[in-house]
Amino acid sequence: MYVYDEIDQRLVDERVAQFRDQTRRFMDGKLAEDEFRALRLRNGLYIQRYAPMLRIAIPYGLLSARQLRKFADITRRFDRGYGHFSTRQNLQLNWPKLEEVPEILAELASVQMHAIQTSGNCVRNVTTDHFAGVAPDEVVDSFVWCELIRQWSTFNAEFSYLPRKFKIAVNGAVNDRAATYVHDIGLHATRRDGRVGFKVIVGGGLGRTPLIGQVIREFLPWQHLLTYLDAILRVYNRFGRRDNIHKARIKILLKERGMERFRADVEAEWAHLKDGPATVSAKEIARIEERFTRPAYERLSGTAVPYSAPGFDAWRKRNVHPHKVPGYCAVTLSLKKTGVPPGDVTADQMDAIARLAELFSFAELRVSHEQNLILADVREDELPELWREARALGLATPNIGLITNIIACPGGDFCALANAKSIPVAQAIQERFDDLDYLHDIGELDLNISGCMNACGHHHIGHIGILGVDKHGEEWYQVEIGGNQGETRPGALPALGKVIGPSFARAEVPAVVEDLIDCYLERRDSEHERFIDVVQRIGIEPFKEKVYGNANQRQAGRRREPLVA
Amino acid sequence: MATLIKGRQVVAESPSSPDGEVVRLEPTDDPASIVARLPGAARVEVHFPKFGDGRGFSIGRLLRERHAYQGELRAVGHITRDHLLYLERCGFDAFELRAGEDPVEALAGFEAFSASYQRFS
Repeated sequence: MYVYDEIDQRLVDERVAQFRDQTRRFMDGKLAEDEFRALRLRNGLYIQRYAPMLRIAIPYGLLSARQLRKFADITRRFDRGYGHFSTRQNLQLNWPKLEEVPEILAELASVQMHAIQTSGNCVRNVTTDHFAGVAPDEVVDSFVWCELIRQWSTFNAEFSYLPRKFKIAVNGAVNDRAATYVHDIGLHATRRDGRVGFKVIVGGGLGRTPLIGQVIREFLPWQHLLTYLDAILRVYNRFGRRDNIHKARIKILLKERGMERFRADVEAEWAHLKDGPATVSAKEIARIEERFTRPAYERLSGTAVPYSAPGFDAWRKRNVHPHKVPGYCAVTLSLKKTGVPPGDVTADQMDAIARLAELFSFAELRVSHEQNLILADVREDELPELWREARALGLATPNIGLITNIIACPGGDFCALANAKSIPVAQAIQERFDDLDYLHDIGELDLNISGCMNACGHHHIGHIGILGVDKHGEEWYQVEIGGNQGETRPGALPALGKVIGPSFARAEVPAVVEDLIDCYLERRDSEHERFIDVVQRIGIEPFKEKVYGNANQRQAGRRREPLVA
Repeated sequence: MATLIKGRQVVAESPSSPDGEVVRLEPTDDPASIVARLPGAARVEVHFPKFGDGRGFSIGRLLRERHAYQGELRAVGHITRDHLLYLERCGFDAFELRAGEDPVEALAGFEAFSASYQRFS
C-alpha cells in the first residue's frame, strides 16, 4: 500500500472542506446548478436516475483491509448496505444523500481515501494491472509510476478543465491486463538496456466512437514521463474540440489531425518542457517507493501439500493465478455469482473479505477491471482453507476468464444515461451457462455488457459484446464478436468487436449467445482453440449464419403458434 | 461594487486609461502571436468564456514560462472563486470576477489548498 505523507493527507482533508463549502453554497442558492455540477462531478458525485451516485477512487485498484472495512461502514450508515466495483477499479455507491456526501468524504479521508477526479472533465483515476507487483511476466512494477501519475494529475491547475474526461492506464507486464490500447493514454512500462521507460499509446477509447490507440512514442525514458504527459495534455487542452461533447475526447483530435501532425505538435510542445522543473528525479521516485509497504514474504519451498476436493480443483484452475515469489499465488474472489449483479458486494461481504485479506494476504486487496477482488499474496499451502472460507461467502465461483465472469455496467436499473438494462441480461446469461462442466468446456471467453453506447461495460472489447440500444422506446440488444482488450497472442493487437447484425429483444439474448457458443464448439480445432481464436480464424460470417438462421426459425415458430393453438 | 482582485486583494479598477496597451487573448489565440507586443503591454487579458473552458490555463503558463511575460496577467470572463487558486498557479495575478460573484467571499478560494503536487516553474 501507498501510505500518505503529511501533504497527501492535508490535501485530501482540504478537499473535504472545499466540497463541504461548495455543497453549502449550492444549497444556499449561491452556486448555479451547472457550476455545482462541474464541481460535484470532480468529487465523483452524479445525480442519477433515482438518487445521487458517488464514485470513490481506488487508486490503481489497490486497497487495504482497513479501507474495505470503512467502505462497509459507509454503505451501512449512508447507503443501503452494498457497493458496486466498476470497470475502472473504483467503488460506486448508488444511494447516498446529496447533503451527506461531504460527511462520507470525511469518513473516506480518515482512511486515506477520496473521490477526487473520479468524474468530470479532468484526469481520472489511473488504473493498472491487477497483478502488478506479483505477476511472473512483470517487467516493471507499475505501482510507483501510477502513484507518480496520481500526484501529477491531482488538482493539476492547468489540466482541471479539459474538453472531456481523460483516462490513463499503466501496464508493466508482458501481457496487457490494463487495456492500455483503449485509454486516452496507455503506458507500457518496459526496460531497454536495463533502463525503465514507457511505450506511450494515445487516442484509444471506447464509447460512441471506439478506437484502438496508436503508439506515439516507442520508448520514453522514465525521467521524462511527466513532461511528456504535460505536452500531450497541453496540446489536448488547447486544441481538443469543445463544441461537441461527442467529439471532445483526445481520440477525435488525433483522428482529425492524423498521427504525424499530432506527434509533431506534441514533440514541439515537449521540446520546451523537456528537462524542465517537472522532470522526474531518482530522488522523487525513491521518496514515493519508500511510502509503499511491501509484503514480507516468507521463504517457502514452493511445493504445497497436494490437496484435492470436489469443487476445489476447478476453483484452483480458474481463480488461482501464478505469483513471482515461490510458494505464493494470487487468488480472485469472484463477484460474479449467478443471481448477483456483476461487481456488487454487500457490507457484510466487505467485512468478511477484509478479514480474509488479513488472514491470507497481508491485509491488502486489489480491484480488477473485470470487477472482481483479488488477494494478491496468498500462500499456496493455505489455498484449501481460503477456498472453504470464500465458498462459504459465495465468493468462490470458479468462473474467472469464463463466460459467466460477465463485465457489466449498472445499466438501466440505476444509470440515467442507459438505454437498456444490463444486470438482468447478465443474470439470464449466467443462468443459461450455469452448468460447470459446460462452462469449463467452453473455455476462456470475455463477455461484456453495456447499457448504452458510453460503453462502461467495455462491450467493444469483449470476445462477445452486448450493447443495449433504444428502438422506439423499447430495450433492444446489439451483439458484436471478436473484440479483445489485449494481445490474444504475441504480435496480435487488441481489436474492437464487429456487430453481427440487427439487434435482439432481451428475452432472445441468452439463446443468441448459446448459438454463438454452439457455432464455436462446432468449429474449433481442439479445446485449446478459444472462442476468440476461432472468430479471428474464420471471421464473423459463420456465427452470423448460425444466429440469424436460428433466429428466423424461432420467429417462424412463434408465428405458427396461433395456427396450431 | 468592485469585481477585481489583484494580489489576493479586492481592488477598485483604476478608471483612467492604462499606461500602455491592453492585449486581449481569446482561448483560441496563440500566445506566441503577441510576443512582440508584450514589452509595451499594460496588461494581458485572457478571456474565459465559460465556467468549464480551461484553455486559458495553458495560455497563462505559456505566457509566463515560455514567453517570460512579467507584467499583469488578468483572467476575465466567467471567473469564479472556484477558479482562483488554479489560475494563480498558472501565472495569473489579476482576476475580474463574473457578475454576481462576491469578491470578498471569493478570496477564500485562494486558501482551498495549502500545497501542490505539481512543479510548474
